[in-house]
Amino acid sequence: MKIAVCVKQVPDTWAEKKLRDSDSRLDRESADGVLNELDEYAVEQALQLVEAAGGEVVIVTMGPERAGETLRKAISMGADAGIHIVDDNLGGSDAVATSAVLAKALSGREFDLILFGSESTDARMSVIPAMVAERLDLPQVTFAQKVDINGSELTVERVTEYGFDLLSAQLPAVVSVVEKINEPRYPSFKGIMAAKKKPVEILTVADLGLEPSVVGASGAWSEVADFAARPPKAAGVVVTDEGDGGVKIADFLTSQKII
Amino acid sequence: MTDVLVLAEHHDSDIKRITLELITGARALGNPVVLWLGTGCTDDTVATLGNYGATKVLVADSDAVNNHPVAPGAEIVASLIDSLSPVAVLVASTADGKEVAARAAIKSNCGIITDAVEIAADSTVTQSVFGGSTVVHSRVTKGTPIITVRPNAIPASPQPFAAVREDIAVSISAGAQRVTVKDRTVVAKGARPELTEAEVVVSGGRGVGGPEGFGVIETLADSLNAAVGASRAATDAGWYPHQFQVGQTGKTVSPQLYIANGISGAIQHRAGMQTSKVVVVVNKDPEAPIFELADYGVVGDLFAVVPQLAEEITKRK
Ligand SMILES: Cc1cc2nc3c(=O)[nH]c(=O)nc-3n(C[C@H](O)[C@H](O)[C@H](O)COP(=O)(O)OP(=O)(O)OC[C@H]3O[C@@H](n4cnc5c(N)ncnc54)[C@H](O)[C@@H]3O)c2cc1C
Repeated sequence: MKIAVCVKQVPDTWAEKKLRDSDSRLDRESADGVLNELDEYAVEQALQLVEAAGGEVVIVTMGPERAGETLRKAISMGADAGIHIVDDNLGGSDAVATSAVLAKALSGREFDLILFGSESTDARMSVIPAMVAERLDLPQVTFAQKVDINGSELTVERVTEYGFDLLSAQLPAVVSVVEKINEPRYPSFKGIMAAKKKPVEILTVADLGLEPSVVGASGAWSEVADFAARPPKAAGVVVTDEGDGGVKIADFLTSQKII
Repeated sequence: MTDVLVLAEHHDSDIKRITLELITGARALGNPVVLWLGTGCTDDTVATLGNYGATKVLVADSDAVNNHPVAPGAEIVASLIDSLSPVAVLVASTADGKEVAARAAIKSNCGIITDAVEIAADSTVTQSVFGGSTVVHSRVTKGTPIITVRPNAIPASPQPFAAVREDIAVSISAGAQRVTVKDRTVVAKGARPELTEAEVVVSGGRGVGGPEGFGVIETLADSLNAAVGASRAATDAGWYPHQFQVGQTGKTVSPQLYIANGISGAIQHRAGMQTSKVVVVVNKDPEAPIFELADYGVVGDLFAVVPQLAEEITKRK
């Protein structure tokens, strides 16, 4: 089985996120870039499937030069190879443009399964898996809390607003996983050393055969008009319970006209 | 005036409040035309949707829609973008809603913006990002704007119209029917308000100590007619069902009042509740990061503070 896992470099989870005044884009330089933590579950799932049934795991990322570190980090969990799409023209891509690039990079490589995390912690849109499935004309089974593969038969528990649905489809397919699905492994020392030697294909927009006009800001179908930092919330009142903590909260709620 | 297409969010005949919020928001842009996918659309439903200003309710109820997730809905939305030429398409920011919107966007060559909290008459969208620290105005620059809207952001207000029902037959491609629903598991939701719709959410975390500890949380919730939420520590431990998890990988809530009890305030938890209007915290550790978000906080044992609060609220009503 040949599995692709798409991952994203995002600003460190605890870092303060800001938009740049110059171009209204997320300021990625000011914070450490890390592997989007929800993607770790997708990598883990791929490794488990390949460990059970044999095959190959390829990590795919689109991002600036330094996203290469994130790609290696994901490979060091135990994957076999990487694809890094890096090009100055890619900056400012929205979800539509990003999905165009990923779909192009994934197509024609005969992946049986294309895995994603359920969202990125910076943009939080959760739409890339659906868009990639649409572009590649593949079945889409997202928000999986359980994935079973039997031959070419895929069975997934998809988390819904109300519980979960049991879904079935034939491979190849696009799947996104939620964090309930597994416990991602830490890269071992051996894995980290091995990752340095795993093949990583570096691709530009031209290599993919895409026009520069369909990616980056020019290929985006939406734009930020303006933005503003919301003034930080005034510090609240914190009191220590002296036997009347509950009454004090009730007083506060009354003062706020909530009760 | 032109039409605005609104995709109804519903569970069988149960109309989610976000649907009424979407219709309310749509009125500023044009005539709200509701698309109802699947079962459950009754005369009452049509009347309720009309009461908020829906002019038409288009019903697409077929096996193709009911047995296959997302892709059929996207085909129907795309075909309506084509035939109705709406000024915008409004969808709920739920997992299904966003995915139907995303696939329709690609099919129809239309831009998409997710998680709107406000939509201006010219379809400019307001988003609240990075945990509410930044307000962004954005717009779609290609095709019909497809906008997904967060629950509890646009207050629903009635504006009665005699909506008419129209059943539509859209043929769904075989490709859109490749994923089949074999079974649906619905976790009983109980009598409390829906988590993402509730005006008040009362949450418990690891500090609650076990499943029985959620008793005091539920009692407080009921005194406020609130929904109950939980941190991942509590849902992972099996103390409370996963459906009630608030946070990055749970539900995003934006109530008038959020009461966090025995929750430390990890970044992943904050991601789901940071835009709550008023935050009250009960935690025995004065250093807990959740106090940074508190409008009012009490350092203390939740088992003393929470029952007293519930009693006090009941007394004052
Ligand atoms: C990929 C990923 C996704 C995640 N998604 C989510 C998510 O969606 N939602 C989420 O919540 N978390 C999520 N987490 C987990 C998150 O990082 C935290 O581990 C979790 O939120 C901690 O839950 P907690 O605050 O209840 O527990 P703890 O951090 O253990 O805090 C318990 C708090 O209770 C207080 N306490 C203890 N006893 C009492 C008492 N008797 N009275 C008063 N206070 C008391 C303690 O002082 C402490 O502050 C995610 C993590 C990862 C890695």
